[in-house]
Amino acid sequence: MQPNQFHSLAYSFGFYFFGLIALASAVAFVTRKNTVSAAMWLVNVMFALAALYVMLDAQFIATMQVLVYTGAIMVVFLFVIMLLNLGHPSELADARGKWGYLLALFVGLALLAEVMALNRSSTIDQMIPPDLAAKAAAAATTPMAGGIIGPVAAPLFKEYLLAFELTSVLLLAAIVGSVVLGKRRTNAR
Amino acid sequence: MLVEALALSALLFTIGVIGVLTRRNAIMIFMCVELMLNAVNLSFVALSKLYGATGQVFVVFTMTVAAAEAAVGLAIIIAIFRHQKTVNLQNINLLKG
Repeated sequence: MQPNQFHSLAYSFGFYFFGLIALASAVAFVTRKNTVSAAMWLVNVMFALAALYVMLDAQFIATMQVLVYTGAIMVVFLFVIMLLNLGHPSELADARGKWGYLLALFVGLALLAEVMALNRSSTIDQMIPPDLAAKAAAAATTPMAGGIIGPVAAPLFKEYLLAFELTSVLLLAAIVGSVVLGKRRTNAR
Repeated sequence: MLVEALALSALLFTIGVIGVLTRRNAIMIFMCVELMLNAVNLSFVALSKLYGATGQVFVVFTMTVAAAEAAVGLAIIIAIFRHQKTVNLQNINLLKG
């Protein structure tokens, strides 16, 4: 993406548009009583985030976001919600009492204050080392070598190969664990 | 756009934390955790514009861990539901002293 295009008005508009969609959907997600509609709002958040990933030049991650998060993980969530028949909001008056709200308010305000302090005192642009900023600006003007997936795949299979292989062990453990946990216990031996 | 992306990431994470603290439905809490993971992914991707594609590699790992966590966690929820007939964490207090 060219730098002038990167800073263009349309880009900023799109970024704020999808950012606001993500934020509003997240608020709607947290406040829904019905679990199914909450899950649908979370799907909306994930789609908006996928659009933001595309705008941030991470097209592969955006694809993975749509395929894995909205396509697989949220479908599993919805399966479980409907399997356990949890869609009735009357059974789910699940908000905590006064202390829970106070604690949440306190934590939320503290986290927001951190963000505001970070944005006010020293902008992140100043915290970036100048050599890195120059490198990023140079990388933004030249098209990435190896297309979209190459820059992600090369470190994944070279530098982080051990972590990648360990991930497969983790997935195997997760499969075995969920099968064992989900199995109906029978007394027949 | 980096500052905006990081601020959005922080706000989404805050919303997720508030959800975890205010809800009692175990599945809602799980989905709030997923929202927090997504917020972290957003800051990874935003910073990967600066520090190279390594951030995106970590997003791939985060997604894998999130998938594994969702599978195991939902299996645990189903197992709890079989015993307790509820997913309200207020009623699941076996380990409470």
